[in-house]
Amino acid sequence: MAQPSLSPSGAPRLRIRNLQSPLAGPFSFDLEAGQCLTISGPSGAGKSLLLRMLCDLDPNTGEALLNGQPRAGTSAPAWRAAVVYQPAEPAWWLPTAGQHFKPEQMERVRELLPQLNLSPTLLESDIGRLSTGERQRMALIRSLACKPQVLLLDEPTAALDPAAVAATEQLLQKELAAGLSIVLVTHSESQAQTLGHRGMTMCDRRLTENGAAP
Amino acid sequence: MSSGMTPIQPGAIDLAIASSLVLLNAGISAYLGLRMQRKMLWSATRMVVQLLLVGLVLRWVFALASPAATLAVALLMIMAAAREVAMRPAHGLRGWPGVWLSTASVGLSSIATVVLALLTVLHPTPWYEPQYAVPLIGIVLGNVLNSASLGLDTFYGGVVNSRTAIEAQLVLGATRNEALAPLIRESVRKGLIPLINQMSAAGIITLPGIMTGQILAGMDPMDAVRYQILLMFLLAGGSGISVTLAVYLAARSVTDERHRLRLERLSSR
Repeated sequence: MAQPSLSPSGAPRLRIRNLQSPLAGPFSFDLEAGQCLTISGPSGAGKSLLLRMLCDLDPNTGEALLNGQPRAGTSAPAWRAAVVYQPAEPAWWLPTAGQHFKPEQMERVRELLPQLNLSPTLLESDIGRLSTGERQRMALIRSLACKPQVLLLDEPTAALDPAAVAATEQLLQKELAAGLSIVLVTHSESQAQTLGHRGMTMCDRRLTENGAAP
Repeated sequence: MSSGMTPIQPGAIDLAIASSLVLLNAGISAYLGLRMQRKMLWSATRMVVQLLLVGLVLRWVFALASPAATLAVALLMIMAAAREVAMRPAHGLRGWPGVWLSTASVGLSSIATVVLALLTVLHPTPWYEPQYAVPLIGIVLGNVLNSASLGLDTFYGGVVNSRTAIEAQLVLGATRNEALAPLIRESVRKGLIPLINQMSAAGIITLPGIMTGQILAGMDPMDAVRYQILLMFLLAGGSGISVTLAVYLAARSVTDERHRLRLERLSSR
């Protein structure tokens, strides 16, 4: 597993301090460049709420800094383009998968498709004709095509067969080695071990470092 | 009345004879077990009382010919229409923002359209002459109300039903305007359809109400037609402005400055 590194400014890639909403938190942690933080915990514990707060999709208070730059000084679209959130059930808003990509993203998309065992012809298919697993992998490509600095993944392999899970994990390892930081919500212990540099557990909307006293 | 025809004024007996048709409807309802007969009779009674009262108020306002009285009547009508716009859609903004949104869209569009017509087309003296201003604002409000409420119903329903698709765009860095653009377009389109239908059907499928009324009152058909054409253009302007304004204000109201969807600001009716 590649080791995470500090960003050139010396600040962590993502710094979170007392991030909270009326529904969950406060949360505090640091995430370095190339580091994967895995979060486990029972359904309804608040894992998705945390990811939504991290990408600023739900109202929240507290501090969030990307490479030392405070979120408050960044426009929300610019923040979300850098800190991309992929929900457990990704949604689509245009008829075909290919229409969801900008022309300048297509080169990267064609590069990523075979790595996730997907045929390029799927780009032209009606989105409703893709299987759940194909849509989930296509959503990962959609997220990576934005070239984020932090990727927030909510159970990205939940609907995948073992071969597709392995391909996805391999791709994520490659992205981590290239410097992408990931917050990964997963129920799979083996996946947490394969990808995670650190592990945390969410319980009753509070986060504790694995191995630390609650 | 350029034709010189004498208008036939319906008297109380004539109205009583016409009211037998409402009684016929009530009878049909009773016969078919629709249980609508009481509602039918109550609505008809309400309509008669409301129109008689409006007639008396308008007679009083016309006699006063004061800008304050005309403005007061116009504001009352706008507030009633704004309430309808706020209440008709299946979802709406909670509290004062909903009232503010409907009042702004209905009020601005109808006042702008009517003032434009009074100052540049009709030229009554004085320009706020209630005999022109009040009926004009009434007919414009009727259409503006329909367009704005249809547009808002489509928009709010779309935001609630497409939440995940809208958020999927936001999480990839889209602005709220980009994420809501297709829904905004669809909502404005829906709000304009009745007006387009009305204009397309005018004179072929239906004789518009105002024109019919003026012909019945003795006006030359070509003069009535010119009035109707003018009104249709005013309605087009009013409806377009109101639905666009209402939908854009709604789009701002269901999102915040951090480009988040704030559906908790909506309530179901």
